[in-house]
Parts: sequence; C-alpha cells; structure tokens
Amino acid sequence: MDTQLIKNKELVLNDWFWVVPDTSNEEVKKQAGKVVQFKLTGEDFPSDGTLHNVILPKAEKVILPLRLYLLKTDEIKNKYKEYGIWIYSHDELDLFNHLKDDINSFSVVGVYVEKFADGRIYSLGNLIRRKLSYKNDLRALGDVFKDQLFYLARSGFDSFLIKEGYDAKKALLGLDDFSYSYQGTLNQKPLWSER
Amino acid sequence: MYKYDHYDRKIVNQRVDQYEDQLNRYFNKELTDEEFRPLRLQNGLYIQRHAPMLRVAIPYGLLSSKQLRTLADIADEFDRGYGHFSTRQNIQYNWPKLEDTPKILRKLADAEMHAIQTSGNCIRNITTDPYAGVTPDEIVDTRYIAEILRQWSTFHPEFALLPRKFKISISGSKHDRALVKTHDIGLELVKEQENLFVNVFVGGGLGRTPVIGQLLKEKLPIEHLLSYCESIIRIYNLFGRRDNMYKARIKILVKALGVESFKKQVEDDWNDGKNSSNHLNDKEINRVKQFFTSPNYETVESIDLEDQFREDHNFLHWIKRNTREHIKNGYRSVTISLKGKKQTAPGDIQSSEMRVVADLADQYSFGEIRSTHEQNLVLADVKERDLYDVYSVLCENNLGEANIGLITDIICCPGGDFCSLANAKSIPIAKSIDNLFDNYDFLFDIGTISLNISGCMNACGHHHVGNIGILGVDKDGSEWYQITLGGQQGVNASLGKVIGPSFSADEVPAVIKEILNVYVAQRDSEEELFIDCYNRIGLDPFKEAIYKN
Ligand code: SF4
Repeated sequence: MDTQLIKNKELVLNDWFWVVPDTSNEEVKKQAGKVVQFKLTGEDFPSDGTLHNVILPKAEKVILPLRLYLLKTDEIKNKYKEYGIWIYSHDELDLFNHLKDDINSFSVVGVYVEKFADGRIYSLGNLIRRKLSYKNDLRALGDVFKDQLFYLARSGFDSFLIKEGYDAKKALLGLDDFSYSYQGTLNQKPLWSER
Repeated sequence: MYKYDHYDRKIVNQRVDQYEDQLNRYFNKELTDEEFRPLRLQNGLYIQRHAPMLRVAIPYGLLSSKQLRTLADIADEFDRGYGHFSTRQNIQYNWPKLEDTPKILRKLADAEMHAIQTSGNCIRNITTDPYAGVTPDEIVDTRYIAEILRQWSTFHPEFALLPRKFKISISGSKHDRALVKTHDIGLELVKEQENLFVNVFVGGGLGRTPVIGQLLKEKLPIEHLLSYCESIIRIYNLFGRRDNMYKARIKILVKALGVESFKKQVEDDWNDGKNSSNHLNDKEINRVKQFFTSPNYETVESIDLEDQFREDHNFLHWIKRNTREHIKNGYRSVTISLKGKKQTAPGDIQSSEMRVVADLADQYSFGEIRSTHEQNLVLADVKERDLYDVYSVLCENNLGEANIGLITDIICCPGGDFCSLANAKSIPIAKSIDNLFDNYDFLFDIGTISLNISGCMNACGHHHVGNIGILGVDKDGSEWYQITLGGQQGVNASLGKVIGPSFSADEVPAVIKEILNVYVAQRDSEEELFIDCYNRIGLDPFKEAIYKN
C-alpha cells in the first residue's frame, strides 16, 4: 500500500484531505515583543485574509486549520461528511476556547511541526489530551519521521503522517525503539511501578 | 552505587541500536545533516575542530573502578590514550571516529554507562555535590534523588527537543557545591522532621547572559519533585524562544515574564498535574535509596597526621589542600588534582592514570570514584592511615599535585584548541598561569581562590563565578582576554565584574600576578581570603594597579 499514514501501529490508507493554506505571500512576522509571541517569529502564520481566500476542496474527509474552521464553521459543517482540525506548533492553546463544539466532535486533531527540531509538539500533545480531554485521533503532521514517533506516541499521539520522501515502513519501526520507559505518561505508569 | 537491572540494561542497549540505525541512515543519505545533528548530539556526539568529540555521561559524577577502566580502554582503543573531564562531571574524548561511535557506545553499555543526553537541546546530566554522602555539612544525601531524576529525565517524551539545553543541579548541604543558583533548575534539598522538601530555583545560568536563579517554590514536598519539574519544563518548552539560540535558555523566558507570572503559568499547569503518574512514592524513593547506603566502614581511630608526618611538608600540604573531613571518624575524602604541571590541559587524564586511580579506588576507597565540576577526581572514603600510601602512589604517577582550591586548580574549557565555537584558546592561558608558580610557597600564601577560563561567551569554563574569571574574546579576528573579578560559587553565588579593556595572551600572566600582588598587599591578615578582600576593597585598587602601566 502506498501510504504515508501510520495509525494504531499500522500503515493505513490516507483518505483524509489535509488543507494547508498557502502562506508563501505572507509577511514574515517579526519579534513582537510580547513573550508569548516569541514563537511567532519567522514562522508560518496565515493571516485572516489568507484563510478567507482558502477554497474548500472537494473531498469527503478533510483536516482544516483550526482558525479556518472557526471562520467558516457553517460552510464546513454543510460540506463535509467528516472533518478534523489542526493547529501549528506555535498556535496558542487558547484558540480552542473559541470552539463552540466539543473538541471530541472532531474525529481528528492534528498538530503540525514545520521543523523536526521543534519539540513543542510533544507538550501540545500532553495538553490536548490532559487539559482539553480530547479522546479521538491525535495526529502528527509536517516534518515527521521515524525518530520522533516513539516520543510522539508517548505524548498522546496515535497517528503520524510521515513526511513525503521518507520511508513510512521504516518509520513504523520507530514506535518500537524501546521496550521500556522510565517515566510515566498520561496513559502509562512509570517503570518503577513494575520494579 | 546504582546498579542496572534488566530494564536499565535493555533501555541502554536499545539506545545503541537506535543510534546505530540513525548513523546508518545518515551514511545512506536517508537523513540530512540537519536532521542527524540533534540525533547525534543527544548521543553526546559533537563535530569539533579536528574530529567528532564524544561526551560520555557520568551521572552525578559517580563512577566505579570498573567503569573508569572501561573509560581507559576506550581512550586506548578509540582515541589517543586520554580523556578530558568536563565541568559537567562528564568525560570527553576528542579524537574518536564517527564510524566507531556505535562500538564505543556498546562498550559503555556493557559497563552500565552511556552518552545519552550529554549534549543537544534536552535535559543534560544531573549534577550534584561530589562529596554527597560523606561530607559533614550534609543535610540530605543527594545521590538517590539525582538517580531518580536521571531516570525520569532519560528519554522524557515531552522534552527531547527543547528550545535549548537544560541543566539541573541538586544540593543537599549547608555549603552549595553544586552551583544550584546557576542552573536552569537548581534544587536544594531540605529536611524537616524526617520529611524531605525541595527549594526549587529557576532561571539561573552562566553563558552570555549570566543570571542568578530565583526561588520559584519553597518547600515543595519531595513526592511532587518530578511533576513540578515537568510543569516548569513544559512551560519553557512551549514558550521559550526558538528564533534566536542566544535567547533561548529558560532564564530569558523567566526574565521576560517576570518570576511571578512564570510561576503562575507553571502552577496552573501543575495543579492539575499533582496526581500525575510521576508522583513519587516512598517505595520508589526507598528502592533507589538503598543503592546509596554507606559502605562497610571500619571502626578506626583518627590519626594526628600533622604530628606523625612533621618532616614531610609536601605530604602535609597535600593533606591540607587535597583531603577533607569525612562523616566517619578516621576517614577523609581525597581529591586528586588533574591540574598538575604534567597534565596537558586542566581536566585531562591519561589512560594509564585512569587505571592507577581505579586501582587506588579498589584498594582504598570501596571501588568508587567521583568526578567534580572543578574537573578533578575524588576518592571519597579513604582511611587516614592509608593516606600516605595513596599519596605516594599518586606522586609516582604525576597525580600528586597539592593544589585543590588554589590558583593553579584552574577550571578551563577546551577552548580554541578543540572547540569550534571558541573565540580564543584557553588551555595555553591556563598553562601560562600555571607556570607563574614554580614553588608551593607563593601558591600557599595566596590560599583559596578560584580562577576559571572560558574560550567564549558560552562559559563552559564558568568564568563568571571564578574569583578571577578569564574570557576569550574576538577583536578584529585576533584573540583577546577579558578579565573579571569577584565571581563566586556557592550559597553566596555572585558574578564577576569586568575589570576593564581586554588583554593579549602574552599579557595575561603579568596581569594575574599584579592582581595577586594587590591582594597580598591589601589583605588585612593572612586569613582574609582573596574573595573577602575583594568584597571589602572593591574593584578599583586592582584596576588602578593593572592599568597604570
Ligand atoms: S566556552 Fe566556548 S570555547 Fe569553551 S568549550 Fe564552551 S563553547 Fe567551546
């Protein structure tokens, strides 16, 4: 099967259309002075204008940027059978406060990392599971390959869209890099409870 | 000392497998340089001036004699027969080959060692007091807490790729020898009616923007230690700067937010994490603690060494400088100086010398060795009556330098001879200062003083907290040295002040000599230490003397 999607420890068909706004004409945000905006500096960030201009694709299942979903909720609800949302690793968790629906009405929530070395995705996984009590599929998107999977899985992610050009079959093995882990996570007790 | 069980062994072995696979994919061009970089760094592998550098972890500075012999074997087989102890209590090899690294890591794993998280933007080796468990001023033995932290921080899934490196240090004594106030997180253990608590400091650090850490949480019950640290690092992971590596340490975030607002974010996160699965319980604390019980000390009489060795001044000098009081009557802790005239660089040790130290440890100190952040080695439990034998063996092997805490006990980073980030060389500066002192009298007359050298702003040589600090700076492409005075580590940690315009390498020894002359002339008695004298008279007298010519 020619797919880059790993879910529940298997390669599965990817029938999700992932909507990514074109930010190539966006001005690069400079340091805004406010601490929480440290993370916006130089990163991909679609303006509201850009989001307005996104044409919703013809597809059955889509994953859309959360801010786009907030802008066009009704249209999206009418148009698609199933939909999910995704956020950038530099998005504020507060964004979710604007959701009128329960986060668990989405069958997929994605977090996008632009660069492999961006470790915010792991803590976001923890927060989305713990603070927002999200129960469904949590997906890692973007610069994702074998070497993050073990950590991502332990931070609450259950599906991984492996970056194009990277061997997803090999990546799958990354989930089994270690048989044991010292520290506990949201769904795993620490090793010491076995000792 | 902690012993691996089958879980630890499996984890460390699987780490080597994982790394070998990463290296192969890199060689096969399945991983780019940029992708491989954080992966190799988390296995302690740097690309240096001449060759890769491999940094091996010595968790909280504790080593067995067997492990030290393994380190010696690795130095012979894969390097040039020596290793370098770093200011993080780790050991570095400067000349391994990239393709040999999996073999080295396997050898380490066989000796219950590794290079995990010794570099890269992750939680680094936990450091602590090298005299933990044997020092009379101890309130709580830090070693088992350090081991608990080591396990918790190893491959913590959330903190593999932080904005920048993250250093944790822990102290449990009246005198802080672990620099807790200059760490990203500094932990001070306290005890009240047999209950353990932690004072948590945050946002300290050296580097380009030296900052003294601030107290974030007082008297945190020990069972919350891991979950609280998790919340701190989580907030840092999410909000620390990632756009500018020089502003990415937690201290910058804490400063920008203000400690109160930072604390609020941490506690908001932590409050509902109180029952996190990493809530420590007594069972686990006791399980780890039992690895660090006292060895089988003999009941021995204390000896009046001064009297017995009246004639042997060198030995008595060494006793005075290189040994310290022990909790057990008739025992002392020995610090072996790696700053002798024969050492090529401060902290360097030949494989043959490692074996000598390992043998001494076996014969006289329960088979254990410790490394210090001052880049020396410690035999923690030596009987007073064995000290002369230990000293004699050390002297025969060029390890008998009696200079602990003296000006030639220089802390020094690898600098421009090895490190690709350096502005200037640091080892030759250390050597030139060392050469000022060819007899012990002047050295002893000056007494306790610290001199720390870093080859660049990254401050691996901790120059800010040296009583005398030397920093390599680049001016128009040539190497210069800026000198600071008045830095101090410990409970009264303070940062040195720049004395004035920088100096060339040739000028440095004379400047140091002048600083010492001012001190000797101005001190109110021979008992007044350099740092106390400096605090009393200030920078100006030094400045005047140095710049008058
Ligand atoms: S202080 Fe600078 S020169 Fe020295 S080891 Fe650190 S990075 Fe290299």
